[in-house]
Amino acid sequence: MQRIGVFVCWCGSNIAATVDVAAVSEALGHEPGVVFSTNYQYMCSEAGQNIIKNAIRDYQLTGIVVCSCSPRMHEATFRKTAASAGLNSYMVEIANIREQCSWIHKDKAQATEKAIILGRAAIAKVHLNAPLTAGESPVTKRALVIGGGIAGIQTALDIADAGFEVDIVEKQPTIGGKMTQIDKTFPTLDCAACILTPKMVDCAQNDKINIFAYSEVKEVKGFVGNFHVKINKKARYVDATKCTGCGECTEKCPMKKIPNEFNLGLDNRHAIYIPFAQAVPKVATIDPNACNMLKNGKCGLCAKVCSAGAIDYKQKDEIVEREYGAIVVATGYNPIKLDDYDEYAYSLSKDVVSSLEFERITNAAGPTGGTLLRPSDGKHPHTLVFVQCVGSRCSAEGKGKSYCSKICCMYTAKHAMLCREKYPDTEVYVFYIDVRSPGKNYDEFYRRAVEEYGVHYIKGQVGKVVPRSDGKLLVQGSDLLANEQVHIEADMVVLAAAIEPDKSARPLATMLTASMDTNDFFTEAHAKLRPVESPTAGIFLSGACQGPKDIPDTVAQAGAAASKVIGLLAKDKLTCNPCTAHSDEMMCNGCSSCEKVCPYGAISYVDKEFRMPNRTTAIRRVAVVNEAVCQGCGACTVACPSGAMDLKGFSNSQIMAEVDAICKM
Amino acid sequence: MSKYDREQILRTSGVNVLKCMRCGKCSATCPSYDEMEYHPHQFVYMVEKGEIEPLLQSKSLYKCLSCFACVERCPRGVEPAKLVEAVRLQVIRQQGMNHLKPDDIPALLDDDLPQQAIVTALRKYSK
Repeated sequence: MQRIGVFVCWCGSNIAATVDVAAVSEALGHEPGVVFSTNYQYMCSEAGQNIIKNAIRDYQLTGIVVCSCSPRMHEATFRKTAASAGLNSYMVEIANIREQCSWIHKDKAQATEKAIILGRAAIAKVHLNAPLTAGESPVTKRALVIGGGIAGIQTALDIADAGFEVDIVEKQPTIGGKMTQIDKTFPTLDCAACILTPKMVDCAQNDKINIFAYSEVKEVKGFVGNFHVKINKKARYVDATKCTGCGECTEKCPMKKIPNEFNLGLDNRHAIYIPFAQAVPKVATIDPNACNMLKNGKCGLCAKVCSAGAIDYKQKDEIVEREYGAIVVATGYNPIKLDDYDEYAYSLSKDVVSSLEFERITNAAGPTGGTLLRPSDGKHPHTLVFVQCVGSRCSAEGKGKSYCSKICCMYTAKHAMLCREKYPDTEVYVFYIDVRSPGKNYDEFYRRAVEEYGVHYIKGQVGKVVPRSDGKLLVQGSDLLANEQVHIEADMVVLAAAIEPDKSARPLATMLTASMDTNDFFTEAHAKLRPVESPTAGIFLSGACQGPKDIPDTVAQAGAAASKVIGLLAKDKLTCNPCTAHSDEMMCNGCSSCEKVCPYGAISYVDKEFRMPNRTTAIRRVAVVNEAVCQGCGACTVACPSGAMDLKGFSNSQIMAEVDAICKM
Repeated sequence: MSKYDREQILRTSGVNVLKCMRCGKCSATCPSYDEMEYHPHQFVYMVEKGEIEPLLQSKSLYKCLSCFACVERCPRGVEPAKLVEAVRLQVIRQQGMNHLKPDDIPALLDDDLPQQAIVTALRKYSK
């Protein structure tokens, strides 16, 4: 018989305001096996932990139940407390009477009753707990960064700086991400390329960093410290080790009407191309959907002009298998598609552009060489209207994203300001709902656009944009402060499109078993206290894959993710979770169900000799779990048809005991 | 009285005025804007504040075409036109049973009347 102690926490008023904590500790004190029961204001405080330690010594407790917050919050705390008093850590059970009880109930009597039931279930489980000892697993001292934008670049540089190897996997032909397409950066207006390209070059030159550009992660296996990853290096049809990036091939290629992704289709590129002059790696890539040679074997001009002999039409995708200790997700964002916003006439007029397209139009390396010209007729626009929150903050079904995209207020202020600075003959209007500028020097920046540059900010939304036959765009909007409907004859309309996570994020999350929110942003382990870690051990988050972020925030988070990775890679051994699966070989029928569902490849089969009746023996195939690899997810215990698989610390009998305790009223 | 009116209007319209984020897109899209004393966004705000009496008195009620452009465009699903309709209903209910008969409508039509208004009138009175 266990000697169990029960400790009911008030959590200040978080629990005590809704649950009668004294009644709970009193009721649970009468449960079989409970020899000590008490309640205290803050069980996690030093004084609270001392109550637990003293009770373990004074009452020779063999198991404890703490009725408190979620085990995700303080299970580790109370396990340490028990261990320091000489009790095995795995003899501690948490009854979650905060998230699962006090926070969601209003009626005190009902909440108290439920708290008692939850406590009773935990006590029933402790009765069946056995001491467990954690093993150790080694750590592969290399990190994988998925995504080579500013987030991935900064994370990789910081990890490499600490002396660890890093691989960057980037699906585009070059690293650099969205920041390469941006002209200037707020609030200081330094040129994006000037601050980004040196970092890209640093990545290429750092001997700790290995760049897999034009590559994608195909498969992830393993667990924290020991990930096995398959990377697909897509065929470029160019030998990257020979190509010098001279650009001779890209000039001679006859297929020159391919929409240029880098300039968002505002101009064209050739079938063989280098995305932009500062690309890293600066290697040409053949677009297989556009190349005549690859499609029907006619042409071959690029191979003729290449003095390095780098063109290889027979190149195939190549799978590279690598081992990693930690994985950083930095898959970034994309602006949403605007085709469904009929009211803004985005698909009707070339002069209605998205903000990212506007960046390209004003960028010196863009399709117009940095001169602001209307896409439709190449004329200089005189009146520009900027519309904010296009697809952001839309809670209505099918209208867009319910969240604020965070970066649009500032880049729109930047666009408007730069417009007025370069072309004082323009009139610039910004339609806004709220101007959100909470950042260092951000509000000052926005005010400068208004006060120094004379940008007209109008509080209200645009209702419709009508392209007129004379090329003008008739903008009808609200001026809520003047209580007027305004009509502006504009030459260009710029839409601040909402941003969304990259489409590759969801399949990647499945591969990593990392959780996501309803908007496909990766979820952090704790919104405030663990913002750069995924709840899945060994997976870290960097940049806009976790939520909308501007460049300063992204770089800060990238550094934070790197420091978490460094903390992990600096360890030689990791303590394993002792709650692993094990198979009862007398019951196992060797059906392989468990092996098929195991996400970690921890289960194998052996042929074993068993004694049978009448002094005979038989050889049977039975499952064996590699405890160093098992992560204790429990999938096998559910899949096992014969009930042979069980999980230490969460055995079938323990779970049934909990259910029985809950049902026994 | 006005508190009762407010609850009544919220109930008949089914609109949650608290969802409004004051972007003004309803008024930006409204084709009858210039005809109205109180514009769609003001309807929402005034109902929220309980200022129902001025709305009941206002000619704006009959300038709304019920074209539902504001409902279609609202990024928050507030549906201002349903509020206007509910206020109209409130007025009509207080008037008692003075329904227009469908047969009387053709004689009242003039060239300026938008077709949508006729459709609305039929929907409203042909019960």
